[in-house]
Amino acid sequence: MASHEHGNDHTHDHDHDHEHHVENFWTKYIFSQDHKMIGKQFLITGMFMGIIGVFMSMLFRLQLAWPDEKFAILETFLGKWAPEGQMDPNMYLALVTIHGTIMVFFVLTAGLSGTFSNLLIPLQIGARDMASGFLNMLSYWFFAASSVVMLVSLFVETGPASGGWTVYPPLSALPQAMPGSGAGMTLWLISMTLFIAGSLLGSLNYIVTIINLRTKGMAMTRLPLTIWAFLVTAILGVLSFPVLLSAALLLMFDRMLGTSFYLSDIMVAGELLHNEGGSPVLYEHLFWFLGHPEVYIILLPALGITSEVIATNSRKPIFGYRAMIGSILAIAFLSFIVWGHHMFITGMNPFLGSVFTFTTLLIAIPSAVKAFNYITTLWKGNIQLTPAMLFSIGLVSTFVAGGLTGIILGDSALDINVHDTYFVVAHFHIVMGLSAIFGMFAGVYHWFPKMYRRMMNKGLGYIHFWLTFISAYGVFFPMHFTGLAGLPRRYYSNAEFPIFDELQDINVIISMFAILGGIAQLIFIFNFFYSMWRGPKAPQNPWRSNTLEWTAPVEHMHGNWPGEIPSVYRWPYDYSKPGHDEDFVPQNTPLKEGEVGH
Amino acid sequence: MTGLLMVIVLFLAVFAAAQIMRIYELSAKVRQEREYEVTDKDNNTQGRLMLLFGIGLIVSFFWMMAEWGEIMLPRPSSLHGVEIDRLWDISMWMIIVMFILIQPILFYFAYKYRGRKDGQATYYEHNNRLEFIWTFVPAVVLAVLIIYGLTTWANVMNPKNDEEPMVVELYAQQFKWTVRYSGEDNTLGFANVRLVGGANTVGVDTTHANSADDFLATEIHLPVGRPVLFKFRAQDVIHSAYMPHFRAQMNCVPGMETHFQFTPTVTTAEIRQDPNVQGKVSRINALRQAKGLELYEYDYLLLCNKICGSAHYNMQMNIVVETQAEYDAWVKEQKTIAETL
Repeated sequence: MASHEHGNDHTHDHDHDHEHHVENFWTKYIFSQDHKMIGKQFLITGMFMGIIGVFMSMLFRLQLAWPDEKFAILETFLGKWAPEGQMDPNMYLALVTIHGTIMVFFVLTAGLSGTFSNLLIPLQIGARDMASGFLNMLSYWFFAASSVVMLVSLFVETGPASGGWTVYPPLSALPQAMPGSGAGMTLWLISMTLFIAGSLLGSLNYIVTIINLRTKGMAMTRLPLTIWAFLVTAILGVLSFPVLLSAALLLMFDRMLGTSFYLSDIMVAGELLHNEGGSPVLYEHLFWFLGHPEVYIILLPALGITSEVIATNSRKPIFGYRAMIGSILAIAFLSFIVWGHHMFITGMNPFLGSVFTFTTLLIAIPSAVKAFNYITTLWKGNIQLTPAMLFSIGLVSTFVAGGLTGIILGDSALDINVHDTYFVVAHFHIVMGLSAIFGMFAGVYHWFPKMYRRMMNKGLGYIHFWLTFISAYGVFFPMHFTGLAGLPRRYYSNAEFPIFDELQDINVIISMFAILGGIAQLIFIFNFFYSMWRGPKAPQNPWRSNTLEWTAPVEHMHGNWPGEIPSVYRWPYDYSKPGHDEDFVPQNTPLKEGEVGH
Repeated sequence: MTGLLMVIVLFLAVFAAAQIMRIYELSAKVRQEREYEVTDKDNNTQGRLMLLFGIGLIVSFFWMMAEWGEIMLPRPSSLHGVEIDRLWDISMWMIIVMFILIQPILFYFAYKYRGRKDGQATYYEHNNRLEFIWTFVPAVVLAVLIIYGLTTWANVMNPKNDEEPMVVELYAQQFKWTVRYSGEDNTLGFANVRLVGGANTVGVDTTHANSADDFLATEIHLPVGRPVLFKFRAQDVIHSAYMPHFRAQMNCVPGMETHFQFTPTVTTAEIRQDPNVQGKVSRINALRQAKGLELYEYDYLLLCNKICGSAHYNMQMNIVVETQAEYDAWVKEQKTIAETL
């Protein structure tokens, strides 16, 4: 009952607001406090950053496949960093670094979680809006500001940060060590500080909203799995991002104030530094204490979206709903005690290595449960292969393919020889990058009608999916082999090592798929903007889905529902339930007499 | 000018695509279809494509194994490497089996249960027994892997040798390696970055008793069969000493000393006779000949495997494993640091 009363209170607030509140362009589109608009702002910003991040990867793939060729396009975009079309090694490292930073944080954290947590949490739990619309607005604007700072850093004289997306000191702390560790690195740190502030504001809001503002009848065990995923993601963010913030602040101190948190006994570019007593390994611990939960901050929302899309389009309940919640919680818990598997060979005590191997391999158990439950959900379904559904099936495929190699990398003894090789690059791109981006695409295709009141084009969606799916495997599968040949990542060129000569053909194949995959995204972008303005009008519930967002009218309004907030009588997965005429029973449909509820 | 033309072409392309979309949608309207709704025809086409993709994925996996299997690292040239490779093979076979079991099932289900207008899904919420099985079975398999993995890790990191290991220091700096041998006393003299200067490139304290017989080299020479304890230092940023042929890697961290121990078991001369290695070398040399590059001879390598700056991609050193006699002869030629200063 408590949640019901809260819901009503909120209604009241909202009505009150309306009497004094006239919307103009600024309050509606720019400084909006409406969760749907903020979700769209996150999506558009995330997509914009995504285009830049993917484009960067295409540039450095040109370098890797054809190191001897000169490309005019490189000089066009990189200017002095690619004289006569030949890329500078420092710029190569900068591109790799910023590609990683943008994709991990700006696209797959803010773009994915920010978009769908904002859009779906109030709509799926039956709330008028987020607990605090103002904090929510601030969260977006912190993110927007951090994006701007990150983009500005691309244009500084000495180039953007280039010490890898993990920015390990001393490399990132010493401008003498590489040009990218100058002003570019300062801006990187400022950008991340703003980003973390925004992320924390958002996460707090999501948690409070989910705990307090659920509508009548929406017990925790009736929440759609999307909401469970967003809740756990937000908790992970709140607990781990502050640690990255402290790591970044200490790094700033080392850079600007002459402290020695991470620095000791260093001579760089012929200059002996005064620093003594610090340890870069401390930074690595702090970084990965966020860094590993971050993987699940990225992945869980994608898995949540997939759960929803697969159930809806299989016309079946998600298999093992409680086991799915259990595995989300287990993964989240374990994600806090596995960070050391990124550090097996840093000189950390080997005993710690054993502990982290143990905890890391345990994650495979809840992950296996999730994969098997998705597959069983498909079994004997009546699968509607919409573009969203194709991307969700793609996610299950990449989650399995990439997760399996995690069993190798999480094993400290095996990690010794493949650490920081292309085998790792293949692993994390498949399990985290591809799975998350597929989840994001699935979400966009599925909830586009909720966001823009129009439908996306299905035919273009199919073409987009197949080109993306094929090129995704085409890019990352061969990387396992170059990694097993011993090829280290972050090498500007392999030409200095004759032993890697025979990998060049594979590099060419990878780059061709990368370019194909990049170009395929133009189809999506075209479809997105075309449909936004010209797509056919959406019906209220186009996918015949059970969750509450589809009971709200197509037209957006402050407060989401025109009359009372719907009450909930059942779980969200009553698809094809015997005894009902339709193959879906929305959550706000009261139980029939004698019907067993959930 | 080309830029302007590009913009115009791009604009026209988008415009043309929009018009085609318009026609496509109008024709759907005429046929009284809603474009976004998934028809049986779509489900059939996409379902079949899913099946095809599943088959293609497995086929291309085997194709890659056949085509690129030979480019992988050759057999390990160290004692513990054999143990690591055994664990590797077991883990790898297990995940390959899982991969070729699960992926086809996923894509087959997507095909087999593709939707039909009059189709009916089965309401099937959960099955505790099934869920127990696929929690329990992975748990058992992982328990085995964890125990095996931890044992291997313990053996690798704390090897038990009858013989006292030879102590060698690897010193990393942007963008080169220096190797320091501990000499006859098998103990490295004290060194610190603050003592670096002039010809004393690794900062050895020359007044320290143990440093008297230390000598530097630009190539790592190791006697076969003798355990060697590498101690790592770095001068400026983090580097990583990666010796893939020996299945060995350890970061070199400024301000602290790290170490890794292994026993080389195959000499450079022997590994050059290995059929896999010979195949690799002849393939590489065919490529190099075509490009007019100098021919390649196989060597063990030390690579930097932690991003360390602009020339990270070219921070390497050769490793020569040789017989004790050859090694002793090489040592005789070396000058101690004290002598060079």
